[in-house]
Amino acid sequence: MGGRDTDIVLLDENGIRCDGRKVDQTRKVSIKAGVLKNANGSAYIEFGDNKILAGVYGPRDVHPKHMADTDTGILRCRYHMEPFSVTERKNPAPSRREIEISKVIKEALAPAVILDQFPRTAVDVYIEILQADGGSRCAALDAASVALADAGIPMRDMVCACAAGKVADTIVLDVNNEEDQAGQADMPMGYMPNLDRVTLLQLDGVLSPDEYTKCVETAKHGCLQVYEIQKKALHDRFFVNPGNNDGDSKQ
Amino acid sequence: MTSSSVLNDLRRKQILDLLEQGKRVDGRQFDETRNISIEAGVIPKANGSARVRLGDSEVICGVKIQPDRPFPDMGDKGVFICTAELLPLSHPTVETGPPGEAVIELARVVDRGIRESHMVDTSKLVIQKDVSVVGVFADNTVVDYDGNLFDACSYATTVALLSAKSPKWEIKDGDGAPTIVDEGTTVDIPTTTVPVSITMAKIGDHIIVDPNGDEWSCMDARLTITTDSDGNICALQKGGSQGFTIQEIQKCGKIAIDAGKKVRDIITKQVGT
Repeated sequence: MGGRDTDIVLLDENGIRCDGRKVDQTRKVSIKAGVLKNANGSAYIEFGDNKILAGVYGPRDVHPKHMADTDTGILRCRYHMEPFSVTERKNPAPSRREIEISKVIKEALAPAVILDQFPRTAVDVYIEILQADGGSRCAALDAASVALADAGIPMRDMVCACAAGKVADTIVLDVNNEEDQAGQADMPMGYMPNLDRVTLLQLDGVLSPDEYTKCVETAKHGCLQVYEIQKKALHDRFFVNPGNNDGDSKQ
Repeated sequence: MTSSSVLNDLRRKQILDLLEQGKRVDGRQFDETRNISIEAGVIPKANGSARVRLGDSEVICGVKIQPDRPFPDMGDKGVFICTAELLPLSHPTVETGPPGEAVIELARVVDRGIRESHMVDTSKLVIQKDVSVVGVFADNTVVDYDGNLFDACSYATTVALLSAKSPKWEIKDGDGAPTIVDEGTTVDIPTTTVPVSITMAKIGDHIIVDPNGDEWSCMDARLTITTDSDGNICALQKGGSQGFTIQEIQKCGKIAIDAGKKVRDIITKQVGT
């Protein structure tokens, strides 16, 4: 039950997955902060074959004006896939899937940002999926969180994200595209590691109660691994080679 | 719905104060759903239908079944699509126009819960492989709003699907259109399980099942968990602008399984399966 028929061996007898990883291993993740000149904050992430750019503007005036809140700044988020990011060309207009993901990412970031010091303003997070592999919403959230920190937006914690799932009856970390298509379950999670708060959680697929418990723990461990890479990206940005590619007042 | 924020603040304070004393505004237990009333077959022109009232939230779901082309990469599967729409008559703040992100999320979460439970066995909805399949469309319309539309729409869809009667189609000659076999005889939709979605709201440090409209408007975060007849978890959606601890996430799984079982009993009793 679940998943489509496939010829790929998702998990071999040695516990090695179709892309050579072990069950508790994430794909290769690299993050670079401060990659755009105009944006107040930005980040580029490669998460396996995902290539994602996130840019943050704000706090700035809100348009349309009626969206402004007199008590606090507001957070807005757009997750957008390029037409060339997937095998079949994607219509560039926002799909229902993209609108939903924009919403869940916004709600995953909202608990982390402190915007009550900026009433009547907006912080806009723009996420562009240049190339999509499985797990793009997690990778997008990882990049967006680094971009918000890069923009100097006050934050309670970072939000790190990683998925866990069920493939060949086994709980595995960081489901890739093949495993998502052919696997049995995919559970993306966004997590604030220092505050212990799950801020994004979704699931497609069937899990027994025990598998559910294990899947949540597995995803959390993936999040913590990504958190270290996020911290390093910010450290490299501000302490190793600060301000090497922008001319504004970020330094 | 942010017009009267002072009222919202007062209401939240009242609800939170009560929760601190172990009480809810409408007197329910924390893990208790509102009264569920179910009527199947309310729209005879639909192949299946249901009117579900969850407290004062009311949803009508109609199922239409018709031959369709399969998705290109899914030639051996029928089509199942579930939607949800919020009508302007359901609440003073709802306006006409294209659906906003909240309604899109609602439709997608309801669809995901039913779909991922594999309730509708789409492999049995093939008329001719790669050419023609049976399409099952479950459309929800919300006619009255009092919070937690996720569960109301999910129950309405489940009941409508369980009570639906489908014609049978066949293709007589090679590339002809599907024709109905034995006009007047119908079959049940092939279903494998009864999914039940349970939505929990977090207000302060409290987790409550099936938030009503007042609780919904002041919650910090929510988690919708769909379980199947075997007590497995088959879909999740977290929403709202705060987070859950890992411990709370695990606890919500247990609540959803237990509360889901009770709702499943109500649904199956009503439909008589």
